[in-house]
Amino acid sequence: MTGILGKKIGMTTVFQPDGNVVPCTVIEAGPCYVTQIRTKERDGYEAVQFGFEEKREKNTTKPLAGKFKKIKTPMLRHLKEFRDFPVGDLKEGDTVNVDLFKEGDTVKVTGVSKGKGFQGVVKRHGFGGGQRTHGQSDRQRAPGSIGGSSYPSRVFKGQRMAGRMGNDTISVRNLKVIKIFNDSNLILIKGAVPGAISGIVEIYKK
Amino acid sequence: MNKKINLVTAGQIRNDIPEFHVGDTINVSVTVIEGDKERVQIFKGIVMGIKGTGINKTFRVRKISNGVGVERIFPINSPRIAKIEIVKHGSVRRAKLYYLRGLTGKAATKIKEKKRVVKVPEAVVAEKEAPVKETQPEVEATAETNKEELVS
Repeated sequence: MTGILGKKIGMTTVFQPDGNVVPCTVIEAGPCYVTQIRTKERDGYEAVQFGFEEKREKNTTKPLAGKFKKIKTPMLRHLKEFRDFPVGDLKEGDTVNVDLFKEGDTVKVTGVSKGKGFQGVVKRHGFGGGQRTHGQSDRQRAPGSIGGSSYPSRVFKGQRMAGRMGNDTISVRNLKVIKIFNDSNLILIKGAVPGAISGIVEIYKK
Repeated sequence: MNKKINLVTAGQIRNDIPEFHVGDTINVSVTVIEGDKERVQIFKGIVMGIKGTGINKTFRVRKISNGVGVERIFPINSPRIAKIEIVKHGSVRRAKLYYLRGLTGKAATKIKEKKRVVKVPEAVVAEKEAPVKETQPEVEATAETNKEELVS
């Protein structure tokens, strides 16, 4: 699958010529360096490993620094494999830019959502909570019954309860590319994408 | 705001809109698209508030139409806004004139007039640069005189 690594910059507004407002996410995508090419013969599957965001050699472990020096790329912070990427003429050390995409493309964006901490069932699963009136006390955000007493006289596996929310890998599909800025490696995508500002996201071409 | 976001919005921010303030009475010419036809509609009223920054800046205009109060919010950078004319400068002591909603009759449309130099949009930049240069030496001069006074 064709794709690229990017960094979420933030959201903004784009005016269409007819005056309609489009909410957009700005992502700094690439340049990504090809750090490794996985082949069926050697690795058992086809993939391209990309590296994104430069860092200093001081902050790189020696084994990784050796790898980057061998393929003549800068020290890179994030490495990610893209399965079944059309390799073509790509070889280790090459760069892939945002020009992979064009305006009007439909893309899928994968990122790690913002962590919300330990949350109750109302926020985490959209439960309705209890009644506010009719003599209720301490029931407003309670989950209600989690299992019958005589049958099944246990709690089913997978029962939705309170717990850690967010910080999950989330994909949003069918997002539209509004604009590409080749000079500054920016891509404008309509709507929101998962994750916090300066979080790393993967953009896949459909 | 992030510099990279500014790169994106740079081309879209309009600098041909004259500077207006809360309390001013303005004529907003809005292009209305009906099928294939385009025409300009004028919305005249008092600026009730200005909200947001940069590309997201909007302003709210209130007028009394056939005895009914009508409020409209315009994005200031919208390409739908053909032009804005300032009819009157108002003198107000609030940033948001929500109290106008509670007023009826003449009081609802009348705001004390304020005399202010109308700036021509093209010249706004040039004018802004000039006073800054003029005021800076004055501040320095006063600072120096203060020092001299202290020494003496």
